[in-house]
Amino acid sequence: MKNNLSQFNTLAYSNKQLSVLVILRVVVGWHIFYEGLSKLLNPNWSSLAYLMDSKGFFAGFFYNLASNPSVLKAVDVLNAWGLLLIGLCLMIGLFEKIASLSGMILIGLYYLSHPPFIGLSYAAPGEGSYFIINKNIIEFFAIAVNLYFPNSRIVGLDRFIYLAKNKK
Amino acid sequence: MEDTGKNKQTEEQGSGLSRRDVVKGLATIPFVGGAIYGAYRKRKYERQLKSNLLSGIGIDIDPSTAGSESSADRGEQIRLGIIGFGIRGEQLVRASGFATEAWMEVQQERARNGNDIALKTFLEQHDLNIIYNGVCDIFEIESEIALNTVSVNGHKAKKYHDWKELVYADDIDAVIIATPDHWHAPMAIEAAKAGKHVYVEKPLTHKVQETYDLLDIVKKSGISLQLGHQFRQTESYGKASELIRKDVLGPITMVQTNTNRNSPNGAWQYPIHEKASPQTIDWEMFLGNAPKVPFNMDHFFRWRKYWAYGTGLSGDLLTHDYDAINQILNLGIPKYVTASGGIYFFKDGREVPDVFNVLFEYPEKDMTFQYSASLANEYNRPNIIMGHDATMEVGNTITVYADRRSTRYADRIKDGTIDLELPIVSYTSGSEGLDAITSATERYFASKGLLYTFINGKRIDVTHLHIVDWLDCIRAGKQPKCNIDYGFEEAIAAHMGTLALKLGRRIEWDHANNFFGNVTQDEIMEVFRG
Repeated sequence: MKNNLSQFNTLAYSNKQLSVLVILRVVVGWHIFYEGLSKLLNPNWSSLAYLMDSKGFFAGFFYNLASNPSVLKAVDVLNAWGLLLIGLCLMIGLFEKIASLSGMILIGLYYLSHPPFIGLSYAAPGEGSYFIINKNIIEFFAIAVNLYFPNSRIVGLDRFIYLAKNKK
Repeated sequence: MEDTGKNKQTEEQGSGLSRRDVVKGLATIPFVGGAIYGAYRKRKYERQLKSNLLSGIGIDIDPSTAGSESSADRGEQIRLGIIGFGIRGEQLVRASGFATEAWMEVQQERARNGNDIALKTFLEQHDLNIIYNGVCDIFEIESEIALNTVSVNGHKAKKYHDWKELVYADDIDAVIIATPDHWHAPMAIEAAKAGKHVYVEKPLTHKVQETYDLLDIVKKSGISLQLGHQFRQTESYGKASELIRKDVLGPITMVQTNTNRNSPNGAWQYPIHEKASPQTIDWEMFLGNAPKVPFNMDHFFRWRKYWAYGTGLSGDLLTHDYDAINQILNLGIPKYVTASGGIYFFKDGREVPDVFNVLFEYPEKDMTFQYSASLANEYNRPNIIMGHDATMEVGNTITVYADRRSTRYADRIKDGTIDLELPIVSYTSGSEGLDAITSATERYFASKGLLYTFINGKRIDVTHLHIVDWLDCIRAGKQPKCNIDYGFEEAIAAHMGTLALKLGRRIEWDHANNFFGNVTQDEIMEVFRG
């Protein structure tokens, strides 16, 4: 067991590499976690305005989500809790793979609903200038890095799961 | 010793964890605590900011005053008659629960394409426990559609050719009047004489004398009269009134209201029905008290363009804004009125101006009410109420900005509690209460109107609420929100606008005599042709 771990440690990442990966995971997790938390704490928050502001190829899909009150309610709950749990898991390093995949799907949807393409403008003001690439897509790939360079087995709660599994 | 060493190892293997494992496994947990604590601090700060702001401007957040639908007892059925089934008549009948087949088809088609709002809104309306026993329209095609629309579930309404017969019919308790303006008062007066309750479209009257006659008969007969300013039901106006009572704006010296339209339809250039002819239209009945002219389809379908039947921008559109502001500020009839305007864009033979400006002076209230309209530009100019301390934009939403030079907020502006770039109050109809806006995103969404496309997932038609208010008042023996007194003020204010425009001078109101101070009967006859 000790062998396995040290093998994993030394073979996979240097200490610097590992540190950067863990920091990346925690900062992305913090951001997503806080997004979820602030939505849950605001009783008047709804994704309605955001969805109705959708543009681009998939806008119709997002309008449909918004137009049905019960679907909208479900979207709101799933979105806020999804963000909170994904962010939490990334921060504490639990269920890294599933959290990363879910995070990529969710953030991918944000990107698709508000793509920064030519000719599309949005009600919410951007704090920077974006063309095709915006911070959503960058965060999407930041999580992708996490998915393909797993690190919560080394630093994170997944370590305990990994240890328990390898004990058998 | 060896034994002890082995045991130790076994123990470690038993728990499966070294200290290193525990430290590495839990290393990032403190960040969660940090994020939660940070969120708590941030929220506390924002709340403090909002509460400072709200207490600073003297507003208590009271969600309980948010609008709700009336739940009056509707046990007693009301038997209605509709006179006039044009564009507005059809809308009113639909708002009371009966939609035409054509409308249903169009909406169902739209619903199939994912745009089901109007249909859904209609289907979610409450059953008002009414039936239509009579319909009347002097255009044969429309009267047939009206008849089919209200004759449902085995009930058959009666088609009247003469509106007077409908008004006096024994099986009709109340009438909705949605005819051209010159017919409003004659029909409403007759209905009141017959003891029938009246919902009449705006403006209340077409001529000056009618206004007094109708006020008189409605007061004597005790009927419930509702004037068709459905904005009386718009929740935000009530909120605006509440804010102004709390003196959020300070002394108000000016109100600006506007009509911004830019389409043939908006300029009353309505389509002419293909089946319209002297055979399908009772032209003599249409004319009524108007000057006798030969059959004219433009006059019939686009009557709002002509003084003989319509009331121009003053009676047609200014009245909406006047009544909205009268509802908020309780203005009453202005002391002085000046007006000007002309036919500057739609040179299609119309008589009424398509550009119009009017000033209502209220010296006793230290304020001026401005109205300006163009039918050839629809740049969004909101209605604004301007006080010394703050400015309010009022429509479906309310937004209040503090004034840089405000006396009342001077300290709060100085200490940074009030950010002049952000509204100090923002209210969206149907939301849970008043809120001070602290996020730029929210402000953007609010200003773009995205927040009130759906209200709590349910959109309610204000015209429906206006009809409901009327019906509930009939049952309870009360006067509805836009009662005859407000109607009188509305009609007089509108007539003063028309007098000022046509006579080209400032018109004065003599409050003591309850009549114009500087207009002769001859001039009234000349301007209103009767």
